Amino acid sequence: MPMYDVIVIGAGPAGLSAAAKASELGLSVAVVDEQTTPGGQIYRNLERSQPGITKRLGASYLKGQPIISRARSSAADFYLTSTVWDLSSDLNVTLLQAGKTRQLQGRQIIAATGAMERASPVPGWTLPGMMTAGAAQIALKSAGSIPSGKVVIAGCGPLLLLVACQLLDAGATISAVVETAPAENLKAALPHLPQALGAPAYLARGLGFLANLRLSGVPWYKQAESLSVEGADRVRAVTFSADGRDTRIDADTVLLHHGVVPNTQLSRLLRIDHDWSETQLAWHPRVDQWGATSLAGFRIAGDGAAISGAIAAEASGELAALGAAHDLGRLTGTELEAQARKPLRKLSAERRIRPFLDALYRPPASVLLPDNDTVVCRCEEVTAGQIRAMVPLGCRGPSQTKFFSRCGMGPCQGRMCGLTVTMLLADALGARAGEVGAFRVRAPLKPVPLEAIASLASDAGLHS
Amino acid sequence: MAGNSEYDTIVIGGGMVGMSIAYGLVRGGERVLVLDQGDDAFRAARGNFGLVWVQGKGIAYPAYARWSMAGAKAWPSFAANLHQQTGIDVQLSQIGGLDIYLDADQLAARAEKLRTLADGVGEPYPFKVLDPAGVRELCPEIGPDVVGAIFTPMDGHVSPLRLLRALVQAFTQFGGELRSGADAGAIAFRDGVFTVTAGDERYTSGKLVLAAGLGNRALAPLVGLSAPVVPNRGQILVTERLRPFLAYPTGHVRQTGDGGVQIGDSKEDVGFDDGTSHEQLSRMARQAARMFPVLAGANIIRTWGALRIMTPDGFPIYQASTDCPGAFVVTCHSGVTLAARHAGVIADWIRGGPPPDELGAFSAERFHV
Amino acid sequence: MFRALDGGGAKQSIDVDGRRVQVRAGIPLAIALLEAGVIPFRKTPVSGEPRAPVCLMGVCFECRVAVDGRSGVQACMIEVADGMSVRISSGDALAGDDADV
Repeated sequence: MPMYDVIVIGAGPAGLSAAAKASELGLSVAVVDEQTTPGGQIYRNLERSQPGITKRLGASYLKGQPIISRARSSAADFYLTSTVWDLSSDLNVTLLQAGKTRQLQGRQIIAATGAMERASPVPGWTLPGMMTAGAAQIALKSAGSIPSGKVVIAGCGPLLLLVACQLLDAGATISAVVETAPAENLKAALPHLPQALGAPAYLARGLGFLANLRLSGVPWYKQAESLSVEGADRVRAVTFSADGRDTRIDADTVLLHHGVVPNTQLSRLLRIDHDWSETQLAWHPRVDQWGATSLAGFRIAGDGAAISGAIAAEASGELAALGAAHDLGRLTGTELEAQARKPLRKLSAERRIRPFLDALYRPPASVLLPDNDTVVCRCEEVTAGQIRAMVPLGCRGPSQTKFFSRCGMGPCQGRMCGLTVTMLLADALGARAGEVGAFRVRAPLKPVPLEAIASLASDAGLHS
Repeated sequence: MAGNSEYDTIVIGGGMVGMSIAYGLVRGGERVLVLDQGDDAFRAARGNFGLVWVQGKGIAYPAYARWSMAGAKAWPSFAANLHQQTGIDVQLSQIGGLDIYLDADQLAARAEKLRTLADGVGEPYPFKVLDPAGVRELCPEIGPDVVGAIFTPMDGHVSPLRLLRALVQAFTQFGGELRSGADAGAIAFRDGVFTVTAGDERYTSGKLVLAAGLGNRALAPLVGLSAPVVPNRGQILVTERLRPFLAYPTGHVRQTGDGGVQIGDSKEDVGFDDGTSHEQLSRMARQAARMFPVLAGANIIRTWGALRIMTPDGFPIYQASTDCPGAFVVTCHSGVTLAARHAGVIADWIRGGPPPDELGAFSAERFHV
Repeated sequence: MFRALDGGGAKQSIDVDGRRVQVRAGIPLAIALLEAGVIPFRKTPVSGEPRAPVCLMGVCFECRVAVDGRSGVQACMIEVADGMSVRISSGDALAGDDADV
């Protein structure tokens, strides 16, 4: 079985940066990613993107080029189109590549599994034609494709405005932008503004989006409440109330977005310590500045540890690589400190704007704690009301709730409903989310065919 | 004797065994409190295969065979009562079950053991040894490696998820109280009253039932009982929901009423590790794909490890304390097959009725000779 | 539901429920199907509700279809290939089975 000093899981900015740095320090490195090309979601398909598309996506997309080339030209081995479906606490990685199970042994693992969009459980969100704003951006990046009919973009977060601008620019028909951030968010965000002013580039970029959107003349609603998606067999309209009026807007595609959260499936599989973040309303695996977790040799870099964005992810990937190199005896303590100075500075600069953004774009309660009739678990079609009804049956956490209600038992393995289940239970129990806990994640990390598991022992040499 | 206490009975353990007994007790009119651990507790129920299983149980111990047969027979009315009480259909099917073999010698050896068991059990013990054609009649999707199977009409299956939920719901509907996140620590017995301490809370009762699974080992000696149980890990694999293709439960593969297929049969002595291992998972996956080739391409959504509760001989313990009258210990690893018995005759016995006939065979004293 | 900004470039031919569909080479299958107007992608095995892709990044599992006889394949995670056979109706059934779920 191939053995590496460092196995990096995820080839976004954090993973690429970790791989490049570790490799430059003389460590043997493997990079594993599900996609066909490196870049993660933020720099998705950048290697193969048509110049016209790349130009539309702008400077922040092009920023990925140096790190992709640096990692590509390093000595790191790339395992692309490869799905990691198990990782043991002794750092053995099991992956599925072209239908075949393979195993790699690491001395250190750097997980850079990034972020995913928070689910937006509102009435009607299971209808075909409801997608996330991030999905529209992925279609643009990976295929130069845009929604063809009337589009309504609804929710809150920087990505919402960015995607609205990008789609407008690409010629999509945006019928409305509907922001759901409640009025009180602004008040909560203002105290963080002075610190955010330390990141003027971000603020300028954000103000640019706002200006573009305003100039476009697209109907723009703010502080919308009672958001819901309508249609029988597919999306037909979006309804909400804003400025004291009930509004209905026809739509063929609805793009919902309520921020991004760390993807913690891998860190949960390993049962390392996690903390609930009240500001990001999500789980944060507990890491130190080198990405080290409560499991020796297992590190996390980038948005998978806490949402800080692509530039910060690059810096944290570098720090994780430095930490790994130090652990493996490649760097002395003094060298470590010296090399860490620059990425640490970059990281703290990048994080300055986060408290402001987290407060400004905190999702409304109606999305965090949906009405009883709203489906929360899409796979097993379990509603918020059914989840709340588990509390009087003695359920004090997601595990027993899953057993009783089937929520989280479907193919997405709790990815779409996990955070909502934790928050609903915490609310119903009058407990803190951190006490309620999360679903227990078990192998396979993603569904794999039975034959992939069957072929395991012979491949792994476990069986004579 | 319960006059000074809050509850007639406290049941420690909210798993399949504890909830079955507690349900039986509240249905009989008792005031009952169940103390259950938190969300991270070891729960055998979560790795349960859902078999209402008779075949092969009690080889060399006919009392256990009879006990299991009686358990299966009591299931239809038990399921009907639960359905009526809660509206939850536990998906009971008792059309018989199959133990499928890929090795002719193993099949022959097993058939021989069942013949001996059938001769000694003292009541009709119907079973058939099927050739591959016979198996195919019942399960058209079996693969070419299958050499035969043992069929008995006594076997069946239910949804363990729905069963536990129905038990909890029925229990609370009858006025039972369930405290979860309550880890029972100290137990005191004075003047006919049991005082159980769980965290900062204390609860009193006239009777006490220990149904805490592996926790019984430490709790039993506190009330003059013994439960020398050890963990035995079982692992399962679960597929995505599939079109119905397997009507009969088998000892290794079972399609649930919701369409998902459970695969499992492993038995490992690995202490308190409830994880999963590649060695067992791949062995079970290979075996399942040989038994049912259609499963090879089916997606596995999750795997699970859970700890069975095993006594030294594998048979249950049912015992009343003589030192602390009113205290009982119940321990077994067949909480589903025996659920109807636990809610029925065992609950009746705890309420003060006569012990069921077979009970003498399940005293923990058998381990003290 | 979706359209290409630049419809030029190489084309490939795939089979969708017995229908020949021309798609752009090298793009994710889910996007190719969306451009071909395929909606929904599946019906849930619970209630039969129609569903279509949500995230296009492998998280939501709503874009599962059967591809070349294998069920439950995330269409957003694979690229189209010439001659690919896609079954929409049997995404949750046994591999190779054409029955509705």
